[in-house]
Amino acid sequence: MSERPTFQLDGEEVPFEPGQTVMQAALAAGRYIPHLCYHPEFTPHGSCKVCTAKINGRMMAACTTPAESATEVESNTEELNELRRTLVQMLFAEGNHFCPSCEKSGDCVLQALGYDLGVMTAGFRHLFPDRPVDASHPELLLDFNRCILCELCVRAAREVDGKHVFSLAGRGLTKHLIVNAESGRLVDTDVAVTDKAVSVCPVGVILRKRVGFATPIGERRYDHSPISAQALDDAPRPLERHHD
Amino acid sequence: MNALPESLADLEPRVRRILSRWGHDPTGLVQVLREVQEEFGCLPRPALALIARLLRIPYSRVTGVASFYSFLVVDPHGAYRVLFSDNITDRMAGSERLMEAMCHRLWVEPGKVSEDGLVSVGRTSCTGMCDQGPALLVNGRAIPALTSERVEQICELVLARTPLAEWPDEFFVVQDHVRRADILLGHGLKPGDAIRAALQRGARGWSEHAANERSWREAYVGAAQGPIATLEEIKRSNLRGRGGAGFTTGIKWEACRHATGLARYVVCNADEGEPGTFKDRVLLASHADLVFDGMTVAAYAIGAGHGFLYLRGEYRHLLDSLEATLERRREANLLGNGICGQAGFDFDIRIHVGAGSYVCGEESALIESLEGKRGVPRNRPPYPVTHGYRQQPTIVNNVETLCAAALIAVHGGDWYRSLGTLKSSGTKILSVAGDVARPGLYEYPFGVPVGQVLEDAGATSTQAVQISGPSGVCIDATEFHRRIAFEDLPTAGAFTVFNASRDMFEVARNYAQFFAHESCGFCTPCRVGTSMLVAAMDKIHAGNGTQQELREMNRLNRVLLMSAHCGLGHTACNPILDTMKRFRPAYERKLRSLDFTPAFDLDGALDRARQMTGRDDPGAHLETHP
Repeated sequence: MSERPTFQLDGEEVPFEPGQTVMQAALAAGRYIPHLCYHPEFTPHGSCKVCTAKINGRMMAACTTPAESATEVESNTEELNELRRTLVQMLFAEGNHFCPSCEKSGDCVLQALGYDLGVMTAGFRHLFPDRPVDASHPELLLDFNRCILCELCVRAAREVDGKHVFSLAGRGLTKHLIVNAESGRLVDTDVAVTDKAVSVCPVGVILRKRVGFATPIGERRYDHSPISAQALDDAPRPLERHHD
Repeated sequence: MNALPESLADLEPRVRRILSRWGHDPTGLVQVLREVQEEFGCLPRPALALIARLLRIPYSRVTGVASFYSFLVVDPHGAYRVLFSDNITDRMAGSERLMEAMCHRLWVEPGKVSEDGLVSVGRTSCTGMCDQGPALLVNGRAIPALTSERVEQICELVLARTPLAEWPDEFFVVQDHVRRADILLGHGLKPGDAIRAALQRGARGWSEHAANERSWREAYVGAAQGPIATLEEIKRSNLRGRGGAGFTTGIKWEACRHATGLARYVVCNADEGEPGTFKDRVLLASHADLVFDGMTVAAYAIGAGHGFLYLRGEYRHLLDSLEATLERRREANLLGNGICGQAGFDFDIRIHVGAGSYVCGEESALIESLEGKRGVPRNRPPYPVTHGYRQQPTIVNNVETLCAAALIAVHGGDWYRSLGTLKSSGTKILSVAGDVARPGLYEYPFGVPVGQVLEDAGATSTQAVQISGPSGVCIDATEFHRRIAFEDLPTAGAFTVFNASRDMFEVARNYAQFFAHESCGFCTPCRVGTSMLVAAMDKIHAGNGTQQELREMNRLNRVLLMSAHCGLGHTACNPILDTMKRFRPAYERKLRSLDFTPAFDLDGALDRARQMTGRDDPGAHLETHP
C-alpha cells in the first residue's frame, strides 16, 4: 500500500491526492463538510462560504483551499456551525423564500442545510427584494426570488454545456443572475431543457414547467434523510471504488 | 466629451474605432466600455451588442462587466450625470446641503434622472479630494472646492445645456496642497535618474562576469550584478508596501523574478479608493516621472516587459497628462526598446482607467479588471507573483511604493533604511483632512506621533483620528502619542481628523454605507452582511435602535471576520467596532431605552400618502412621536 499524504479533519486522518482541495479529499474519504455553492462536477469558486473551516488556525473555504500534508482542519465545531447557520439565515433574508409554496421544497439544498444545521429562526430582517420572474420560455420558468447566487448554473453552462446561458450582473446587494440575450429573456437564449445548467439549480430558480409537484411533498429527497447523510452520494468516491 | 445626447447613427464606426484602439482584445473590455461611454454619454444597448459580437464574447458578459462598475451606465442617466463625493469629509464640509440645493434647483430627486432627461444627481464614494472638498464629478470630471455659488453656477450651465468642454477651466483646478515634504515629495530627481542609477549599479563588476551577460532577464548573474544588484538594494532597504498591507517589497519582487512564466508584468496600483486618501493623486499629478521611473526600475529588477498603471476612474482628469508623460519618456528612450542604451531592456507602460470600484484596489481584483472582467478578488493561493495578469508572474505595487523604489535605486538601501524606525524604514505620506486648518499632504519619516501631525496641520480640540480610512483604526485623544509605523499604527495614508463637535456615530454610519456600496457581492457574508450593518445603523440613526442592534452588529462582525472573501469584508466592521468601543455614548444616546422596539413607524407609513396628496400639515400626521 502506497503512502498517501494526509491531513487531520476534526482529529481524524484524511488521505488526499496532490491537487485535491480539502473539500474534495474530505468527501472522497466519506467525510461531510457542509457546503452550498460547491458541486463535485464543476470548478469550485468559494462564494457561499458555508464550507468555511479552520485550517491551521486560519478561516478558509474548504472547497478552494488545496489540501496540504500535516495540516489540521477543524470543521464540525460549534463556532463554525454557528457561522454556517448565520450564513444560511443571511441567504434566506436576502431573497424571497417561501418554502411552503415552493416547488423545490424538500429537494432544496438551502432548505435542507437550514434543517440540518438547526436554523430555527429568521435571524435577520428580510430584505424583500423586487425580483420579477421570467416565464418567457415555453418549457422553463426562472424565479429569481429564490436565487442564492451560487453560480452553479453559470458554471454548469460554461463547463458542461459549452454555452453561456447564465451570467452575473450588478454588484453588492444588487448582484443578480442574468441570461445571455439582448432582450434579457430566457426564451431568446440557446438554453435547452436537457442542459446541465437547467438541472443543477440547488434552489427553486430554474424550474421545468408543467411537471410541478410530481413528487408529493413528504416524499422528496431531503424528506427521507438529512443532507449531511446524502451529500456523499453526489461526490466521487475513489476510495470506495478502489475497495470494491 | 459632449454632454448632450447624440444620434447613434454612426455608432458602429465609432465603436469599431475604440475597439481597434484596444486591439479587439476582450482584456480591454473595461477600457472599451469606458471610452464608449465617454463618446456617447452612456452605454447604448446597440453598442453593447456590437462589442459582444466583435469581441466574440457573450452579450451577458459585456452587460455583466458594465453593471459591475458604478461609473458605467447602461440606461441614459441624463445628459449630465452629477455625482457628489460622499466621504465623511465631504459631508463635514457641507456636501449634503449643497446636494439638496442642487436637486432643488434642478427639480430632480437624488439618484433619479430629471423628468426632461437632462440631469441626474447622486452620490459616489470618496473621490480623493478630501483636502479640497466638497467635491463632485460631472460626467466623470472632478470639480473640487464646491461652494453654494459654484453649485448655482453649475446648475445654470446644466440648465443652459452648455457642453462640459465649455465650462470655465477654473472649475476643474485641483490643488496639490503639499504641506510637508521629505525625501519623496522633495526628491529633486530628473526623469530617468533612477533607471540610470539602477543600470550603473548593475554594471559594477559586470565586465568581470561577461559570460553571464547573455541573459540578465533570467537571473543568471551573481548577487552584485545586473538587476540582482537593484533587487538586493530594495531588499536591503526593507521597503514595505504603502498601499496598506505592508508586504515587504523586495520579497515580492524576488518571488516574481524567480517565478516561471512566459512574461512578467509590473502593475502600479493607482486605484486609490480608501476614503480619505489622496496622496497618489498628487504623486501622479506632479511626480509622474518618478512613478514611471519606479515602475521601470521594478521591470528591470524582475525582468518584466510590460507594465500597467491602473488609474482610478475618479482621477480621469490626470489621464491626458500621464499619457503625455509616457510619450515624452518614449522619445527620451526611458521606455521602449533598449532603455537607456541597455540592449535587451525593453519595457513599456499602458494606462487602464478604472470605472468606480473600490474593491479593484485589492490586487487580484485589480488584475481581473485589467483583464476586462468584473473586479472580483481571486481565490488565493496562487498569488499574483506567480499567477497574476494572464496567469503570469506579476507584481502589483502602490504608487508611493514605486516612488520609494526609485529613490532607493538612486540612493541605496542603507540610506533608505537609515530613515524611519527599525521595522518601518523610510517615510510615509499622510493625506491629512477633516477638522484641520491646513489639510493636504504631510510626509514624515516613519515613527511620527499622531499628536505631532495634528499640531503641524493645525488641529484643535480633536476628538478622534481615523487612521488609514474606514478599513484602518479610529483612535481617540488618549492615543495621540501613538506612532505612524507598521509596528504601531500602520496606514495606507489616510489621516482624517474629527473635532469635538462631530458625531462619531455618523462617521461610522458613513463608513458602513461606503462598504455596502463597494462590496463586490461575490461572497455571502460581505454581500449581505454589509447591507445588514447599514440597516442596523440606519435604524439607530432613525431613533429606533435598541441593544438588539448593537448585538446584531457584533454578530455580523464575527461572521465577516471569519468568512469574508477579502479584506473589504474583513474590515467592514472596524469603524463601527472602534467607535462603539471608544465613543459608546454616541451610540447609546440614540438608543431607545427599551430592549426591543418595533421598527415599524406608523406615522412614517403615511409618508407616501402625504407625498401623493401634497400634504404635510399636522392633520396629515399621527401623534406617535414625542
